[in-house]
Amino acid sequence: MSSDRAAIAAPVIVRGIRATQGFALGLVDFSKRKPSGAVGGAMVFLLVLIAIFAPLISPFDPNQINGEYSFSAPGTTMPLGGNFAGQDVLSRLFYGGRISLFVGFVSIAIGITAGALMGAISAYYGGKFDLIVQRFVDAFIAFPGIILALALMAALGSSVFNIIIALVAVLAPSAIRTVRSQALALKEMDYVLAARAVGAGDARIIIRHIVPNCLALFIILATINLGYAILVEASLSFLGVGVPPNVPTWGGMLSGLSLTEMSNYWWLVVFPSLFLGIAVFGFNLLGDALRDVLDPRLRGTG
Amino acid sequence: MTGYIFQRLALFIPTLILVSFVVFAIMRFLPGDPAIALLSQGGAGSFTEEDVQRMRERLGTDKQFHVQYWEFIRGLVTWDLGESFEFTGVPVSEMLETRFPLSVELALLALILSYIVAVPLGVLSAVKQDSWFDGVSRVFTVGGIALPPFVVGLLTIFILARFFEWLPPLGYAQLWTDPLTNLQQLIFPALVLGYFNMAFATRVTRSAMLEVLREDYIRTARSKGLRELVVIARHALKNAFLPVLTVAGFQLSRLIGGAVIIEVIFVVPGIGEMLVRSVLIRDYPIVQSTVMLIAVVVLVLNLIVDLAYGWLNPRIRYG
Repeated sequence: MSSDRAAIAAPVIVRGIRATQGFALGLVDFSKRKPSGAVGGAMVFLLVLIAIFAPLISPFDPNQINGEYSFSAPGTTMPLGGNFAGQDVLSRLFYGGRISLFVGFVSIAIGITAGALMGAISAYYGGKFDLIVQRFVDAFIAFPGIILALALMAALGSSVFNIIIALVAVLAPSAIRTVRSQALALKEMDYVLAARAVGAGDARIIIRHIVPNCLALFIILATINLGYAILVEASLSFLGVGVPPNVPTWGGMLSGLSLTEMSNYWWLVVFPSLFLGIAVFGFNLLGDALRDVLDPRLRGTG
Repeated sequence: MTGYIFQRLALFIPTLILVSFVVFAIMRFLPGDPAIALLSQGGAGSFTEEDVQRMRERLGTDKQFHVQYWEFIRGLVTWDLGESFEFTGVPVSEMLETRFPLSVELALLALILSYIVAVPLGVLSAVKQDSWFDGVSRVFTVGGIALPPFVVGLLTIFILARFFEWLPPLGYAQLWTDPLTNLQQLIFPALVLGYFNMAFATRVTRSAMLEVLREDYIRTARSKGLRELVVIARHALKNAFLPVLTVAGFQLSRLIGGAVIIEVIFVVPGIGEMLVRSVLIRDYPIVQSTVMLIAVVVLVLNLIVDLAYGWLNPRIRYG
């Protein structure tokens, strides 16, 4: 009985090992070709680890108010100092990463996926439908991202969920535009014609033939826009219209600092800026490298 | 060329109408009644049904949607944008008029500064590829692209305040009454705002120049015995300028968006600073008018960039 199970399991395990090996080899190859991309990837990976293990590695409760540690300097009790309310800056940075990365990943997953699908559909059907969709894209692209997000936050009110909605509205239109232009070329390909000839329906052609061929573009768009999404979220939180002020975020930690606070308590400015810089820089490096490796034709488009 | 201009204009007008519709829809269709949102501001949870009704009448949200949209458009066209909630009695149009020039000046100054630095830097970087100069310029460029503008702004303020005892000006001087003070006050926000654009433009100029410098006509120009300066300025740069212009539209939109944050950080009393404050207190008339104005500015600028592109690149006109 158990040997039967082992016999069934063996090929699966072997396949799993092979896949892991392939992935590892791919990773080594990528780092050799694009060292900057590997550096960016390492930065992102580190931040993701910090965000996941925030409760384990944080020395303090990020929201706990300790009057006696108000503005305490780095290294005394708190490694990176304390803020006005005596909350530990390091712990808030760790927990802040959770919100920033969560908001970034979710809004990218929804925004770029929806945008890519819409772009493929718009290109595939063409005609009036495409024309109308593209005019809407024009209208949305006319707003600078942060302005559109601000208007949406004004209407919806501040919450994590609403930030994700605002980011999706900012990210999806440009994804529609980019994927559409690739899908326009793809739908003229012989294999699409062949698929239609054997009687494949529209949905099948879009999902099985056009979408998979946009995968490289999708990965590039997602990575490059992640840095942007994190930046917009931080900007909104910094302006006080993002996440509610009691939730720790990198942008929110920089919010509402007076000039005196900034010049006297440098750790309140420098560390959140550093984390934000690392995140945006890391995703940019990784995105640029992925673009060069996966699709060199796109160089200089974003 | 006339056909091309016509085609661009034909695309411009429907987009403008759709933009107005998007702004209108964001402010009216989204869940959450503005009247209730405004009444519950300030923590007071006690308001009656009559209060809500009165607020709706004041906002005009009690009317049917098409009537509201028509009033919105008529207001935009006749420049009668309603009154601010925060400062009762002050017309929004007046607030925009006093604040708009400063925002335009800030954005223009940032744009000019960024290209003054970016074009020579990009060209030199390409001509002296892989030299120490190229290295320094590339690090500088990567910094500008990677660092979020508001982080650069905060760090600048932090350094200015900590080491130079800098204070933001209490009031901003007008350009035409006191140009020197005005420029002095705007130079730091403009530099910070321009940094991202400068970095991006440098990178594009560099890569475009590198490509152009390998072309046959450059070799021809050199073998004719033209001076290197003439080859670079007249033959190479002119052709390298097209890709720079291609990204300019996208860049402008980003610059205008960034200006909002920079205005808040440096306490510049422009429309961006007003927009953020209005979003915080949900001053709907100001938010919708300001967002609409910004979108129109971006659309017009993009149209100009498109037309300039068509003028510079004859191939596109007959596409």
